[in-house]
Amino acid sequence: MSLRNMVHCALSLVLTFAGLAGLYLQLNAEFVGFTQILVYVGAVSILIVFAILLTRSTEPKDEPATVTPWVGISVAVGAFLTMALAVLASPVGKRLAAPAPEVSVKTLGQKLMTDYVLPLEVMALLLTAAMLGAVIIAMKDKEGQR
Amino acid sequence: MLGTGILKGMVETAKNFAGSYHDPARLTTVEYPEQRIASKENARQFPMLIHDTEDPMKGLRCVACQICEKECPPQCIYIVKSKDKRADYKGQMQFYPATFDIDISVCMSCQICVEVCPFESIKMNTEFELSNTDRFGGLLIHKEQLAKSNEHYRKIHPTEAAASDAVLAAEVAKAQAKAKADAEAKAAKAAAEAKAKADAAAAAATPAAPKPSSPAAAPAAAPAA
Amino acid sequence: MAELFQAIDQFPVILKHWLMSHAAGVLPEWVLPLLSAALSITPILAVFPLLFALTTVVERKGLGRIQNRIGPNRVGIPLTDIRLYGFGQFIADGIKSLIKEDVVPRAADKVVHFLAPIALLIPVLLTYSVLPFGKNMVPLDLPQTGLLFFFAVGASTELSVFMAGWSSRNKYSLLGAMRAIAQMVSYEIPLILSSLTVVMMAGTLSLTGIVENQATVHFGFLHDWHLFTPWGFVGFCLFLTAAAAEANRTPFDLPEAESEIIAGYFTEYSGFKFAIFFLAEYLGLFAMCGLGITLFLGGWLPPFKFLGFIPSWCWFLGKLVALILLFIWLRGTLPRLRTDQLMGFAWKFLLPMTLINLVVAALWHMSGGAVPVLVRWAVGFVLLAVPYWLLGRGFEVKFTKREYRFAN
Repeated sequence: MSLRNMVHCALSLVLTFAGLAGLYLQLNAEFVGFTQILVYVGAVSILIVFAILLTRSTEPKDEPATVTPWVGISVAVGAFLTMALAVLASPVGKRLAAPAPEVSVKTLGQKLMTDYVLPLEVMALLLTAAMLGAVIIAMKDKEGQR
Repeated sequence: MLGTGILKGMVETAKNFAGSYHDPARLTTVEYPEQRIASKENARQFPMLIHDTEDPMKGLRCVACQICEKECPPQCIYIVKSKDKRADYKGQMQFYPATFDIDISVCMSCQICVEVCPFESIKMNTEFELSNTDRFGGLLIHKEQLAKSNEHYRKIHPTEAAASDAVLAAEVAKAQAKAKADAEAKAAKAAAEAKAKADAAAAAATPAAPKPSSPAAAPAAAPAA
Repeated sequence: MAELFQAIDQFPVILKHWLMSHAAGVLPEWVLPLLSAALSITPILAVFPLLFALTTVVERKGLGRIQNRIGPNRVGIPLTDIRLYGFGQFIADGIKSLIKEDVVPRAADKVVHFLAPIALLIPVLLTYSVLPFGKNMVPLDLPQTGLLFFFAVGASTELSVFMAGWSSRNKYSLLGAMRAIAQMVSYEIPLILSSLTVVMMAGTLSLTGIVENQATVHFGFLHDWHLFTPWGFVGFCLFLTAAAAEANRTPFDLPEAESEIIAGYFTEYSGFKFAIFFLAEYLGLFAMCGLGITLFLGGWLPPFKFLGFIPSWCWFLGKLVALILLFIWLRGTLPRLRTDQLMGFAWKFLLPMTLINLVVAALWHMSGGAVPVLVRWAVGFVLLAVPYWLLGRGFEVKFTKREYRFAN
């Protein structure tokens, strides 16, 4: 957390989302990758940014970050090096890549509607409840003002 | 129903689009530098100075009375009165402007100078192509550029010019009538004097004529001045 | 003769193959994929910015004619009297924006301010990579996720808009960005839902697959465009409306309403950065039009089978130009909406209509073959027209004669 500006932090987070999408694409998961971009880069980031702008009434002071970036950078580089060495040392790279299963949108949909229908329904219920809650909070606010 | 308004509007704009190619009533644009529309009679841009004779500088009607300079709301007129006098259109001796400048970057075309001028000298011009590369000197118009002939004035503002000419003609007529009246009065006085002189000569028959004639001539000269 | 037409049709593809086969012997192997990509990208980068440049002139001329003016007709070839009907204008504009001073506000967030136009243009250009411009002419054919790619990349432009508006440190910019984002998020839902009907019918997300799904022929001459079905027609209208809002076109150009917030989120941009915003906006519109053509207007297919001798990319370009002209016409006709009208229209009209359209498309799909065509049409028509009429009633303004207290 070397960035003091919340919006900069949010933009960096979006960059991370995009990177995650890139990882999905590397794993031949096109559908998940593009959905990641559509949902996270397109929608969630906007939500975060709006939340920051609407809740923080004052501009952040330009005081220096409490933690110097160098500590974070060295930790990150160290962690990356350890992981890279571990991966290179392990026999993962030498194994032949497994033949990628042909995951079409159709199979995804069928899986969602058969094997994973319960999680899907639970999520749908949760989201509906969240939306109703948001609407009710917004309504109460308006009545309170009157 | 929703959407019918949009369709109606689109038909209207389509009519405009098609009409602009063949219907001159719809396309009223004039392509300016090549085509021009005649200036409206009541148009006005910036003031000009009217002159009557061939030489603009000699025939300026302006007598440098400086009323316009004092009245001008944005104070864009600058006048320097001449040291000497010269004869105006009525033959009277008048001052004339040694310098007459109008800063048209300041002028607001209010026409107050025209309304206060007692000599029908400053009028509004319709010249509008005054763009210049020098925004200070180029927009300060001197009397050489300001001077326009009365014919030009008659051309751009016929009605107004006719009224102005009538005023001037009346002035001239008045002056001539006055001059004539003065001349007649002078002649009558001279005749009366001559008669008196003759009477005196007849009465006295002495060489004392110059002395009584001078007080008699003085009142006759006074109205002429 | 047929072979000649075929050759003209596939001319870009043949040219690329020829170039690649000649390059294969000369260049090292790792260059070849890059060269192939470059050869696919170059036509896009050449054609669409040029189309944008021409559109700016055509739009100004067209709007002029609609408003009973002449429009730009002066700029032609410099130092001559050749005027080219004003079509030299875009070159002059381009040179002007290139050599103009680039003003960045002192308080602006310099890095984000600089990145915003780039972050806007890149996704917009990326969307072109999945559009099929002609038969066998799609730079990046994603058989599983073509349409999803388009929307995913298109959605990331919202963030660029926010970056532009926020980093300018200008209230108008931020207001414009807020408006733009609210509008884009709201209209993305009807946009995606109206496209979803096509995905349901075609059973694929691949854009080439969707076009090929429309290649069947009715009555021996009429191609089976999705437009020629009740759900397709309504879907296309909904799609166009949502696309206009996504591309910030009139009547949905609130984010850049000059009379209220100057130029919206790119108020503080000048010179070439402004030109990039302008370019990205138009390219976004073209991409949306291209997607609409692919989904509903049969992509590269001609309307009638006997017109098949005209090259496929000509059909695509022709339809694109037609849609652009339609948008110009709409811009010349419609006034700008108010913010509450805009949001109300998206949520109270477009969204229910797209949902109903989904149901109609499903019915159409299920009843295929079993039910006579006329019955399907009648049911589809009723199911769409009645909600249209009912939902539309809410937006009709009852005008009463206005009384002026002091003017009368």
